[in-house]
Amino acid sequence: MSTSASSGSTPSGEVGSNRVKRGLAEMLKGGVIMDVVTADQAKLAEDAGAVAVMALERVPADIRSQGGVARMSDPDLIDGIVSAVSIPVMAKARIGHFVEAQILQELGVDYIDESEVLSPADYVNHIDKWKFTVPFVCGATNLGEALRRINEGAAMIRSKGEAGTGDVSEATKHIRKIKSEVAALSSMSKDELYVAAKELQAPYDIVVEIAETGTLPVVLFTAGGVATPADAAMMMQLGADGVFVGSGIFKSGDPAKRAAAVVKATTFYDDPAVLAEVSRGLGEAMVGINVADLAAPHRLAERGW
Amino acid sequence: MAGSDTIAPPVGVLALQGDFREHLRVLTMLGARAVSVRRPEELDDVSGLVIPGGESSVMDKLSRSFGMAEPVRAAIDEGLPVYGTCAGLIMLADRIVDGIPGQRSFGGIDIAVRRNAFGPQTASFEVDLDVPVLGDPPLHAVFIRAPVVDSLGREATPLSALDDGRVVAVEQGNLIGTSFHPEMTNDYRFHRYFLDRVRRVAFRG
Repeated sequence: MSTSASSGSTPSGEVGSNRVKRGLAEMLKGGVIMDVVTADQAKLAEDAGAVAVMALERVPADIRSQGGVARMSDPDLIDGIVSAVSIPVMAKARIGHFVEAQILQELGVDYIDESEVLSPADYVNHIDKWKFTVPFVCGATNLGEALRRINEGAAMIRSKGEAGTGDVSEATKHIRKIKSEVAALSSMSKDELYVAAKELQAPYDIVVEIAETGTLPVVLFTAGGVATPADAAMMMQLGADGVFVGSGIFKSGDPAKRAAAVVKATTFYDDPAVLAEVSRGLGEAMVGINVADLAAPHRLAERGW
Repeated sequence: MAGSDTIAPPVGVLALQGDFREHLRVLTMLGARAVSVRRPEELDDVSGLVIPGGESSVMDKLSRSFGMAEPVRAAIDEGLPVYGTCAGLIMLADRIVDGIPGQRSFGGIDIAVRRNAFGPQTASFEVDLDVPVLGDPPLHAVFIRAPVVDSLGREATPLSALDDGRVVAVEQGNLIGTSFHPEMTNDYRFHRYFLDRVRRVAFRG
């Protein structure tokens, strides 16, 4: 017996629901999402065990060194990446640039990252993400910022870190901050949540939901400065659901080996024997910049609010 | 659930990547002693295994590089009850269509499964499905970049299909696979169906 396969069509059903948007992020948990700028890099990432790839015009380290306005990738590049791999493809749009987001949805990417790594297109408003069928991931440095993004329709959050530095200290700060603020909410009595919502500058209903469940309503990855298997494992031990690696892979000496090692370290994040093994002989890590040496205007994490 | 569940051998959830915590939560809620399984020795004392949703190509790589693939295959051959959702269905299929180069599965169900059969994430959907073995009411099913059964071999039995006829739930012997994610809803009849099988088979019991 065999069934006919008219591949590509969707049967009558509801698309773009909150559940399917958040659900794709649930399936990425325990995985590594890698920044790629070409189809070849995307294939290498897939082959190394990336759970998804993030298409962008330049990796953050290059955006830093070259300067200028950083924008959405050329659609030809995104098409090339989408057809090169079968794992999910994400792509970055500028903060507030809803037309870049419309274009990316049209191109058939699986997730849009409204990202502070690119130059913001609107210094007041983020994209109204509820209007889209494609889901969005957004960066956050603290719980209030995460909840404002969720209120705008983000289906996944990543702590920001400081992209393109290879310095993990900001990523550590942001994931610790978000986790501790969630924990603080769940220990508050109900009458304290009104003021908590005001102080977080976040909607009261989501604050109550988090206080009751003790967790964010969406998946929380971490990003920004992760360069080694140990960095990735540390983020997982701090409570991240998964890890984004940007410049850390393709700005290193042996991208294929490093990428595979970071994937293994993310799965066995709590097993020092595995971590020691996969950390061996990876060649040079990306050179890196200490965040403390970056003048404030060059800190990407401060974009978005 | 009966009290005997808690003294039965634990039910494992393959925890290499994906939504394994949701399956652990559902199994625990249904009274099973659920444990995560990442290493070969952790497979030795489970009476059933759930393979979660996630990225099948990543589960394949990790299971091979950490020596899990052969032990899982051997346990399937010996009759271990296994339930796979989405990527888990792919891992249980004898043949994969549209896999990444070199991708392998554990196998066990005589089907060819097409990965990501509906297109990009914007085509992911929710729909009500008739599943005769579960009875009424229809099951609300969540499909996320989901696979479908492309062709069904003689040994496999379809459990449910979409309106267009494509098979999205299947079983063969002690193996059950669904294209969709009951762990993301509040309807756990497929997990109950699986746990009933686990109890009846009493693998290593």
